[in-house]
Amino acid sequence: MAALTQATVGAAPVGPPRRRGGLVPLILLAPALVWLVVFFILPTISLASQSLQTGDIDNGYTLTWNFATYVDALSRYWPQFLRSIIYAASATLGTLLLGYPLAWFIAHRSGRHKTTLLVLVVAPFFTNFLIRTLAWQIILTDGGPVAGFFRATGLTTVLQAVGLTDNDSLLYSQFAVICGLVYNFLPFMVLPLYTSLERLDTRLLDAAGDLYANGWNTFWKVIWPLSLPGVVSGTLLTFIPAAGDYINSKLLGNTQTVMIGQIIDSQFLRVLDYPIAAALSFILMAAIITLVAVYVRAAGTEELV
Amino acid sequence: MGWLRRNLVVIVGVLVMVYILIPNLVVTVFSFNKPGGRYNYQWNSFSLDAWLNPCASAGMCDALGLSLWVAVVAAGVATVIGTMAAFALGRYRFRGRAATNLLVFFPMATPEVVMGSSLLTLFVAMGIPSGQVTILIAHILFTLSFVITTVKARVASLDPSLEQAAADLYATPAQAFWRVTFPLVAPGIGAGALLAFALSFDDYIVTNFNAGATTVTFPMFVWGASQRGAPVQVNVIGTVMFFGALAIVGLGQTVGSRMRLGSRRKETV
Repeated sequence: MAALTQATVGAAPVGPPRRRGGLVPLILLAPALVWLVVFFILPTISLASQSLQTGDIDNGYTLTWNFATYVDALSRYWPQFLRSIIYAASATLGTLLLGYPLAWFIAHRSGRHKTTLLVLVVAPFFTNFLIRTLAWQIILTDGGPVAGFFRATGLTTVLQAVGLTDNDSLLYSQFAVICGLVYNFLPFMVLPLYTSLERLDTRLLDAAGDLYANGWNTFWKVIWPLSLPGVVSGTLLTFIPAAGDYINSKLLGNTQTVMIGQIIDSQFLRVLDYPIAAALSFILMAAIITLVAVYVRAAGTEELV
Repeated sequence: MGWLRRNLVVIVGVLVMVYILIPNLVVTVFSFNKPGGRYNYQWNSFSLDAWLNPCASAGMCDALGLSLWVAVVAAGVATVIGTMAAFALGRYRFRGRAATNLLVFFPMATPEVVMGSSLLTLFVAMGIPSGQVTILIAHILFTLSFVITTVKARVASLDPSLEQAAADLYATPAQAFWRVTFPLVAPGIGAGALLAFALSFDDYIVTNFNAGATTVTFPMFVWGASQRGAPVQVNVIGTVMFFGALAIVGLGQTVGSRMRLGSRRKETV
């Protein structure tokens, strides 16, 4: 379990390597290294090259360093880019708000049910995520109990007022898409948060209380700073895949919620306009790397790698 | 009021647990539904049809078989070469180690749509036709980093004095490795393999870019079916996967704690 948590966190406490082994480490590394170079580095170069080529699928492409494709891609699809970033950021905030209390509950208040709860957080992973996202269609459907509850409590009106839904149904709206994103990536937030919070010594809270800190100060001055490594890895593990995701926006959204992944998918696989598709894909990668680099520097955690 | 304040985190935590688990509950309940129309969205009447004829939905079991085969092969290859790499990164000092760690991290930080599309451009440029081979290449790639990270954590947390102790007791390096180091790292390798299997089995986006027109994995089948109303059998598979995973993890926990208990007993003797 701990290993699974660490894998998802991506921030293993790696001690200093102990020895020089001459050729041994190289031989051990070789297959994985070849795989990563041939099927990760090369495709990235190939993607960049494809985005600067002109031609068409039948007559082949030639590299013409045609940067105009990027201008074209951005001017045509900037709304979808912006939307993807906004949805991913909202979903990340949502998973943080929901995941934090859950992680604290599992780490410090669940007693002997700790392992069971952790298993239940991960278990949905083993059911295909398309099936689980389709289940949200049933849950949010118009005549269903959730829609009824939202209508009875007036939450439908609130959602409509803030523009998250267009009419009084919940499904096929921005609300449904963000709800689905939060659901799909919640475990990626909970596990790293749990790892950070579990290490936190609860006697620190008593100490804060003894020093007359109220609940608010105890949280912001003691708990939150100590949980930052978990917050940083959790937000990255949520934001990155969420920004590229298009399953949720396709299954739970409408034509006004199209995310950039959907455009890349259809340009590559249906429209077959490879240069613009490659340019969009490259911009998405560059945007995410930039955002992540800025964020990691601001958060001051570089032990992720 | 005081009680509410003290237990607020528990209440919210339980509610979030419900949010996490409710789709699985819905999947399970609707696997027993007999849908009135084409779409399995509304409860109609109880039926065991889908459970008794899981392969009645055309093409689903073939897709399932392909996905299982791909997941086993991809997880197998990724676990072997990933474990080797994890040992290299976890125990040796060498030039380029930091760069290698970065190279391992990058695929995990790349959105699936970017990874899938860049692989597609490579396969197109090299003239490799899409199909099972390209799916396997892609799946090994995106599971590899997770295996390396999982196993590396385990390797790095090993106490070096254990191997020294084995050497002091005249164990050859090979004996020390297979009798001391490997059993200690094995849980990490198991977790990595399981994670790789789950990631491969579940993948839709990367696969969709590299599968070609005729190769259909289970997630691709579900996606295609969802456009015109997914068959109830899909829910049956979802239910089996969920409870199967719970059973495997539960069994692993029980066996694990028994073994720990057993070794503790031996220590006291």
